[in-house]
Order: sequence, then C-alpha cells, then structure tokens
Amino acid sequence: MNVKIGLEIHCQLTGLKSKLFCSCSADYRGKDANANVCPICLGLPGTLPLLNKKALEYATMISLVLNCRTPGTAAFYRKNYFYPDLPKNFQITQYNAHEISSIGVDGQVEFDSKKVRIRRVQLEEDPGRLVYEGGMETSLYTLVDYNRAGVALVEIVTEPDFDDPKDVRLFLNKLASTLEHLGVCDTRLEGSVRCDVNVSLAGGRKVEIKNINSFREVEKAIMFEISRQKSLGMKGIEVRSETRHWDDARRVTIQSRVKEEEQDYRYFSEPDIPAVNFSDDLIKSLKNQMPELPDARRSRFVEQFGLSEQVAQVLINDKYLADFFEDGARLYENAREVANWIVTDLKGYTDEFDGIRSLRIKPLHIAELAKLVDQSMISRTTAKQILQEIVKSGEMPSEVAKKLNVAQISDRQALIDVIDSVFETEKSAVKDALQNEKTVNFLLGKVMQTTGGRADPKLALELIRKKLASIT
Amino acid sequence: MDQLILSANELAEQIKSGSVSAEDYIAKIFDRIKSVEKNVHAYISLNDSAIEQAGRMDKMVKSGERVGRLAGVAVAVKDNICTRGLRTTCASKMLEEYVPPYNATVIDRLQQEGAIIVGKANLDEFAMGSTTEFSSFGATRNPWDISRVPGGSSGGSAASLAAQEATLALGSDTGGSIRCPASFCSSVGLKPTYGLVSRFGLVSFANSLELIGPMGRSAYDVALILSCIAGRDSMDHTTLDIDGVDYTAKIKHGVKGLRIGVVREMISNGVDDAVAKSVHDAANKFEGLGASIEDVSINSLQYALASYYTIAMAEASSNLARYDGIRYGLSMNPEGFAWNAYYTKARSNFGSEVKRRIMIGTYVLSSGYYGRYYLKAQQVRTLIRHELAGVFKKLDLLIAPTMPIMPFKIGERVDDPLQLYMADIDTVAANLAGIPAISVPCAFKDGLPIGLQIMGNHLSEELLLRAAYAFEEVNGVKKVASV
Repeated sequence: MNVKIGLEIHCQLTGLKSKLFCSCSADYRGKDANANVCPICLGLPGTLPLLNKKALEYATMISLVLNCRTPGTAAFYRKNYFYPDLPKNFQITQYNAHEISSIGVDGQVEFDSKKVRIRRVQLEEDPGRLVYEGGMETSLYTLVDYNRAGVALVEIVTEPDFDDPKDVRLFLNKLASTLEHLGVCDTRLEGSVRCDVNVSLAGGRKVEIKNINSFREVEKAIMFEISRQKSLGMKGIEVRSETRHWDDARRVTIQSRVKEEEQDYRYFSEPDIPAVNFSDDLIKSLKNQMPELPDARRSRFVEQFGLSEQVAQVLINDKYLADFFEDGARLYENAREVANWIVTDLKGYTDEFDGIRSLRIKPLHIAELAKLVDQSMISRTTAKQILQEIVKSGEMPSEVAKKLNVAQISDRQALIDVIDSVFETEKSAVKDALQNEKTVNFLLGKVMQTTGGRADPKLALELIRKKLASIT
Repeated sequence: MDQLILSANELAEQIKSGSVSAEDYIAKIFDRIKSVEKNVHAYISLNDSAIEQAGRMDKMVKSGERVGRLAGVAVAVKDNICTRGLRTTCASKMLEEYVPPYNATVIDRLQQEGAIIVGKANLDEFAMGSTTEFSSFGATRNPWDISRVPGGSSGGSAASLAAQEATLALGSDTGGSIRCPASFCSSVGLKPTYGLVSRFGLVSFANSLELIGPMGRSAYDVALILSCIAGRDSMDHTTLDIDGVDYTAKIKHGVKGLRIGVVREMISNGVDDAVAKSVHDAANKFEGLGASIEDVSINSLQYALASYYTIAMAEASSNLARYDGIRYGLSMNPEGFAWNAYYTKARSNFGSEVKRRIMIGTYVLSSGYYGRYYLKAQQVRTLIRHELAGVFKKLDLLIAPTMPIMPFKIGERVDDPLQLYMADIDTVAANLAGIPAISVPCAFKDGLPIGLQIMGNHLSEELLLRAAYAFEEVNGVKKVASV
C-alpha cells in the first residue's frame, strides 16, 4: 500500500523569556486566566508589534539544523480570519506566495538512515485559548484566555516524504531531541509541540488530521487514519479530502464537526514590522554558537565511552536521559555500566513520555549503584531490588543496602571466619569434598546460607578451594 | 496681548517667567471652549484635570523646577491618539467607552515638555474622511463659516486652533488628514516624513501611509512641537534613527537660492480658480524672496489616488478586524449569540463610511483580485516614489494646492463618496512616497481660507519649515476666526 504522509509541526519557543511581539513572559502555564497579557498581545487599539530578536535567532538556528536555506531576509505577513482566540483577528506569520518570506526553506533531515525534505521553517504568533468549563459539549458559554496569545511559534512543514507511521515517530523523536539540545523548546511541556498530519493513500485524496497535541500521539493517529482509509477503499467508498480531528481519549480521528469553509486569508505584508535582513555574520555566529547536536553526541558517546550504537541512540533520543548519563559517567568511570543501568533497568520504571524526570533518582544514585556492583559490594540481583526502592524514596543505594543488611561480604577475613566455622560443623562433607567437586558446591551453599546470601560467591569459592588445598 | 492667540513659544516663555499663570490661561481656554463649542464642536471629550495640571505647572515654575519647552501650553489631541485614563473613541460608537491603559509615545513626550492636554478632538470615524462629518458624535463646523466643513479627518484639531480653543494640536495624516483641515481652517499642519514620529498609540487606519503630525497657528509653533515629538521610539519599529533635532533652529534662514517646483498636475484640471491663483501668487512671493521657480510635471501622479485608496482600504480592512466587541469598547450582552452572529451584531456599529472601506479593502485583498488591485497599487506606489526621488534631485521643494477646492457646505457631499475621495488628489502622493508635506495658510476668498502645500524630500522638515516661515512673514493672512 502506497502511503504518503506529511507533517506540519508547531513548536513553541519556550526557551525565550518573552513573547514574540511584547515583553510578556513566554511562560504562560499555570497562571490565572488573562494575567499574562499587556496592551500589545491583547491587540489594544494603537499598539504595534515589537519583534523579539532572540526568537528570530532561535528560528534561524532551527532552520540551520534542518539544513534549510536561509534566504537572508525575513518578512512578516498578516493572515486574516475571525476567531475569538485571536486578539487582532489576524495572525502575524510568514508567507511565501509573493516572495520567500520564511526564515528557512528547502531543508532536509536524515534519521535512521532515511531522509525527509523540509519545505519551510517560519515564525508566527500563537493565539490564545478557548476554555469550555465542564467540557465543550455541555458548557453553555466559552471563556477566552489570552495568556498564550503572542507566544512565539516555529512552524516546520515537511514534504509528504514519509510512508510509514513508525518513521514519523523516529523523525519526531529526533526533532524533539534536536530542539531540546538547541535549548529552544521544552517539548515535554503540555501543548509546546503540536502536529498536523496529512495522510493520503495511493489513488485517494489527502486528509488532514489536526489537534494532535503531543508527538507521542502522532503515530497512533496516523495508524488509525491509514486503516480507516484502507477500509473505506475496500468497501469501495471514495476517500474525501477533509479535515479530521484526533480524539486522543477515544483513539480515533473524527470528522471536524463544522465543515470548514474555503478560507481566504487575504495575506498581505505586515506594515508594522520592516523586513529583517540577516547578515552572513549573524548566520556564521549562530553556526558557531550551535551546541552539540544529537548525531554528534551519539558518535561521541560511542567513541568516548565505548557505548554500543543502540544504547547511545536510546540515550540521545531524550536529552534529559543523555545529560543524566553524562553526569553519571562523570561520577563513576565505568560509563558502560552506568549506561546499562539507565537504559535497561531505570527506563523500566518510567513511562515513555515523562522519561526519568518524574523519578526522584539522580545521576549520583546510578553512579553509586554501578560502583557497588562493580566492586562486588552487592550482587546484581540485590542491586535491582535496591533500585526499586530508590526510584521511589530517592535514598542513596549504599544507605538502602545497609538498611536491608544486604551488603555483600567481600571482606576476606570475614569470609574466612565463616568458612572456618562451616568446615568445623561439616567435617564429613569436607572430607568428601576433597574427592568430589559437587560437594565443594555444597560447602559454598552452606557459606551462602550462613551469611544470608550476602557472601560474595566468587571470593567464597576461591577461599573454600584454598582451604581444601591446605588440608591435603 | 490676548493669551488665547499668543504663539506657543511666547506663551511657554511667559509661563516660565511667571508673567502668565498656566492655571489662568487654561481656565480661559476652558471658558472659550464653553462659549464656542455649541457652534464649532471641535472636541469629543475634555480633560477634566487640565486646570489642576496647570496649577501644578505654576507651582513647579515658582519652585524653579524644569518645566519643559511647552510649559503650560494647551494642546488639542485628535481622538485617535491614545491617552491613558482619557477616553479615546476614534469618533466611533465602537470605542465610545474605550479608555486606554497607556499613553501614545507622543503624549508622553508632550507631557514631559509640560504641555497640557485640554481635550480629545473630533475626527471622521477612524480618521476615514476629509470633512469630519463622519464622526459618530456629530460633525465639527468650520470656525470661519459654521455652515461649512472644517476639512478632515483632523477637523477638530484644526478647528480648535482657529477658534482659539487650543494653542497647539496633534492630528494624524493618512492621505491628507492633517493638511486638508489645516488648509480649510487657515492653520499650519505638517505631515512628517514616514518614521520621523512614533505611531505607537495612534489607532491604526493604514499603517504604511499614516503618521501623527503637529498643527499650530504658525510655522514656528509647528516646528517647536515637532521638536518635542519627533525621533526614534523603541515602541515603533518603523521609526527612523533620528533624535534631538531642534526644528526651530534654522527656521529663519529664508529661501534664497532654493529651487522650487510648481506641480503642474496639481494646478490644472478640476482646480478651483481661486486656489490655482493663490498658488501662482505664492510662487511669485517665493521668487521675490530669492528662490527660483520652475514648472514641473510628475506623470505618475495621475495614478496616485487609485493607488492610495486601494492600499489604505486594504490595510484598514485588517486593522479594524479587532473591533469585535469581545475584549473592549462597546459593551454588549453576548448571551444567546454564537461567535459569528455576535461578530455581525458588534460590527454593525461601524458607521457607513467605515463599513464601505472595510468591504472594499477586503475585496482588493481577496485571492482572485489581489494581483489586479493591491499588488498593482503597490507597484504604482513604487513608481511614484521613484519619480519623486528623481524630481528631488533637481528641486529642493514642490508647491501645490493643499485642497483643489474651497471649504464646502456641511452635508453637501456626504452622499457622494467618490467626489469626496477626489478632494484628496493633491495630498495622497506625500503619503504614498513617505515624504514630508506641510500646509500653510495662503489666501482667503469670500472669507474662506485657502492653503498652500509645500512638499520636500525625505527628512527635509527643516527646509519645509524654513519655507513655510518665510512665506508666512511676507504673506500675513488671518489665523484666528471670530466665532
């Protein structure tokens, strides 16, 4: 089945201090309704937009990492439509019909040895939010909260180059990690990244899915939509060109309730913001300032720490995880062990979305855990038990080990004492053991039993053999 | 001398020296307003605390504090310029109750120089008109003949000067809205170079064309107030990087040796004979002052009016979209309305001229017509800019009528929008090109004023004011009307 998928991604520049056109905070979350507003973002009569230069730099950096061409000038346009969340009843955005106005165009991104072309990267303002108290279906009125109005958004539009929902997930993972590494967008914040998807099957019309409010929902929405379109095809029903919404509670796409009219946005050049020229120097200096990005970091993890490609990739997919690893590796030199604990064990306690942020555990904990196991202070099995405790409590592994009385006895003299007493009580077994290898294991079992399983088995075995040898 | 007809400069000096009390003078202004407003109707709202502010000014003078270049001077402010705590209506029902939470940059700057805002002057709704008849709160009448229009859209500002209800005024000029009423009321009005004065706080009608500008009863007063308001503003990205110019400094340098062109297209067909004659007389006077005069033709001007109205209406249709009765202004009960029905109800409160312009502006931007109208209009605009730039390589200034016609009767043309638009034919070119233009009192015919328009290259305000001042000195027409 030939499937074509294209994405239109909006990400908020949460790394900015202020909104795109005024000095209100970009951090609107958790505030009282309409408390994060000013005359400019409310569009009061007589106010003018003041372009946030940092937003322009961030959008340029995003364009550069997506390998876009940066045309050197950026201009803003008005997109005119009436909607109550839009204070001016037009949105200031960019538009390429009469000239190239976008910050970046014609890019390309490689992921998992595949490629997707980027059509454009542009900067625009976020509208406010409509609030339906008690739910959209039952609320008798609509409230409007403009706290979000004017927050800087970067729109990234891909060509319809995807043919597999899984690839979309891999691409979005990489994009999210890249944005995190650039420090421009905290993709975990609610509503900070949104994705519209175009899906079409060979011979069918293009269907747009809106309202996908997090990257992790995108793959599910596409899979649903593909099977919906396929089953229509099998029934001989034509797929209509339409806009659908993703209902993440019911896990289905539903036809937008109101059929959207053919909108004429009457784009024209925003007279209040003169076109901005980018000097080559600015581009150069942005390139120089660019932090280490996921691909380079993954390679470094493999080279510097001897990690496998797969482990490195898992870490890199989430900048928080990669930072966590690197902090841990700084605290304890066996980086591979640190990485393994993070990737194979710690991730088991987290859900895919929140990652390890929600756990009380810090790199220090994992470094100590790895060290305790490496130094045979505790067994691997014990270590896993300890991990289970500390993800909840945030206590240090060594303290938990002490409390549980599970620290491995690897002290030579302590073990020798235990072995001496076992040899004393198990005289016949000792005699037997001199000829029979199996009985050696019996003696080891006794040592383990006496120590409540805390004896370091390797060391205990070595000492038992030594003592047997001394008898003969 | 009567304080009400003193120049702003003299007044400020006398207030600073203590020989005139600001409080007395502002009280006299308010007495004058009380006695003439029923005939003139220059104001929409008055500033109740003006007299109190003037009293504070007197105290500051006594205690020797710095009081600024416009200490105590009464200023009328067009009611599309935002004043914190003072109702700003744009002469529209839509903003009848709107009180801005902030000051326009020009207001802050005037107040820093000690000016007293006496009131908010009448205008055509959202500055759309050239007669001040399209105000939702009633027309302003021309102080020289109250049966006639004062011009517009800054009609209240100009009328307040002629009727001695203010000493200085601020207007805004999108296509002639300062110069037209200045011409009809025998005052001086300057539209500065685009970007010289901040638009922050000017309620937008057509952003790419318009600017706030000073108005007064003399070129010197206009230069003085311009010096106070001009210059870069961090709140307006379209302002130019200019600061601290004193426009009065060279105002008396005369016009000797200047090359002045008389724009042929503006004094030929459709121009009132008296107006054409006054421009010729003015040219002779400039010649007498040592300037050289030549005839100049600017071919692209024939398209200026069409280009202007296309662009202005397009921008207006977008700028005025925000008036939907949801956030501010008109308070309406939304009970029982879906969004679109609510919009329809709220936006029916615009006046008919505003509705007309929103509809035409929406049309010229719509996808099928964009290329035919809006894009074409922008191309014409570029053409006019280039042609004028060429003209100013050879000439220092251009002179022309401000208005091709004499002030007409109130109601005479309200039903003929095209004819009204035609009256802007000589003023719109300066807005399209972003160049400065000033209207100075030129002559009277049958007791009615005629204005002379002087245009210059970008940022030639000093030259413009020099010419206006020199012309005033030899011309000497009346500036104050007895209402």
